[in-house]
Amino acid sequence: MKNLSTVVILLLLLTLPFWLQDPYYQHIVITTGLFIIGAMSLNLLLGYTGQLNLGHIAFFGIGAYVSALTSLGFDIPAFFGDGRIVVEPGSPIVGFVLAVVIAGLFGFIVGKLSFKIRGAYFVIVTISFAEVTRLVALNWVELTQGPLALNNIPPMGYNLPFIGSGEFWSKTPNYYLVLALGLVCYVIIRRIVRSRVGRAMIALRENEPLAVSAGINVTRYLNFAATVSAAMAGAAGSLYAHYIRIIDPDVFLFIYTVTMVIMVITGGKGTLIGPIIGGIIFGILPVGLREVAGPEIQWIVYGVAMVLIVMFLPQGIVPALLRVWERKFGSGNDPQSERRQRDGTAAKPAPPKGKTLKATGADA
Amino acid sequence: MGRIVDQFLQHVANALILGGTYALLGIGLTLILGVMKVVNFTHGELYAFGGFMAYYFVSGLGWNFFVALVAAVMLGILLGALIERLVLRRMRSADIDSTMVAMIGCWIALQNLSLLVWGGVAKSVSTPFPTEPLMVGPIALSWLRIFVLCAAVGLIILAYLLLQKTSLGKAMRATFQDRDTASLMGININLIYTATFALGSGLAAAAGALLGPVFVVTTTMGNLAALKAFSIVILGGLGSIQGAMIGGFILAFAEELGSGYISSGYRDAVGFILIILVLMFRPTGLFRVRGERIG
Repeated sequence: MKNLSTVVILLLLLTLPFWLQDPYYQHIVITTGLFIIGAMSLNLLLGYTGQLNLGHIAFFGIGAYVSALTSLGFDIPAFFGDGRIVVEPGSPIVGFVLAVVIAGLFGFIVGKLSFKIRGAYFVIVTISFAEVTRLVALNWVELTQGPLALNNIPPMGYNLPFIGSGEFWSKTPNYYLVLALGLVCYVIIRRIVRSRVGRAMIALRENEPLAVSAGINVTRYLNFAATVSAAMAGAAGSLYAHYIRIIDPDVFLFIYTVTMVIMVITGGKGTLIGPIIGGIIFGILPVGLREVAGPEIQWIVYGVAMVLIVMFLPQGIVPALLRVWERKFGSGNDPQSERRQRDGTAAKPAPPKGKTLKATGADA
Repeated sequence: MGRIVDQFLQHVANALILGGTYALLGIGLTLILGVMKVVNFTHGELYAFGGFMAYYFVSGLGWNFFVALVAAVMLGILLGALIERLVLRRMRSADIDSTMVAMIGCWIALQNLSLLVWGGVAKSVSTPFPTEPLMVGPIALSWLRIFVLCAAVGLIILAYLLLQKTSLGKAMRATFQDRDTASLMGININLIYTATFALGSGLAAAAGALLGPVFVVTTTMGNLAALKAFSIVILGGLGSIQGAMIGGFILAFAEELGSGYISSGYRDAVGFILIILVLMFRPTGLFRVRGERIG
């Protein structure tokens, strides 16, 4: 049953460009897909370790800029002396790899600096970080062209021995790139959260002092989650840059982080498919709303939806649906994976026994 | 040499004037954070709301400038009380992250509502002050800015007296220190929360109404204001009124001198870099008040 639905969903995703041929809708699917990857990576931190990172778009933007600059090349004065730093235009694939590495590095540094603090402080530091990166992108005109934007970014391409080379100008190959990245990220996140590391992360989300007393190295796991999450956002940013082919400092706008946060909390933070469901809802919603109302109305709806969801469905849609499913069909045919997933999310109603088991289990 | 000194003095004068409104913003935010443990993301919207109301009353209805300011602050207090009653009261038992997300939702909704009502064009508020600046030696001070500084300082003193001398203020401080004990002592927590949020919102609206005529009023003016208010609060230590006051002036000086002597493009980055540094080396803020419990 579960395997069958997975196969059906995969088939639908793989054949999407054949049954959805309108380029406008394909464009929506691609950009939504990139945002879903961003939301999935945000969920690793927000959903599993409980840290609300409100600067997540910074890593997406850094990935986009690194990849764009690698493929375009640049020529800037050196920081010291009269020399110049010149980088020749390179392959977008190199750009992609660098985007992942550098975004991950920034994730590591930000995590290292800010995990000394929690709650409100952490949130404000991450916002500040994103705002500083935006101002740097805006003001370092020699490197980033500032508000004039980086134009004519080459599309993603490949150049392999025996196979030849090509460039992805059209929507279909870009869609498959995004799909591939999304699947890879999904598999990586699933492996992480179902491993010892993931249990440690959940343990510290549920009860940090207890996790520490059970011998879990909290900062290490937080740093790990922050690095992986930033690297994934950077990868999505790189694909975005080569797909849209123009990048300006507006990619760092706070509102994009908010979009990802909405996707995660609507779908259900701390669940694997929550961000995807939330992403689909908030990917389709603007398309529907655009026909009847302006962007302001759309954002008002977003804002009100955020308030209503945390008020009435604080766990998100997926855990709520799972609970309904559970009540209807009992736990008899509940597959183990679903159950484990639910354990991670249904934080409040979970029996205390489960909590203790998780906290110690991570170290056993 | 004289020129350099003059220029420096001019920066100091500008910073003092800006610092007054920053302090207003910071005090409002820190009060809400301290008493209610709510990270108030609507603070910047209240600031923008104050600016727009001042604009509407002066330019739309032709009211007297000073009456318009008072009315804008009153409406800010009202809007704050409304947000508290409609959203925050229902979320009293929620954790700080959920409340934060709800406040971000309110922020986005309010900002786009104001975009819908006022449009994207910046508005300027006309004032009764002469445009001719007051010359104090080599320093040029506009009358409007002097008024803004005086009004800000006056409001800060008023807020301080309210907190220290009235029984409402005493109840607020008691709630700040220990909500449960305060409640056991017969303090109506719901009332205190509404009053605190309304007061904080009123201070933000006052800052917006005062700075609106100095700069221009735009729908997105609240974004930077909110982030700056956060930096001020962090500089001063979460929940510390005196800290927020000093933090406001520190941020104003850092921005003014940073943009004057380093690079004007990074003016708004100064505050963020400052908070990142403060949090790295003194995570409890520069002037953490001892003995206060902060979430």
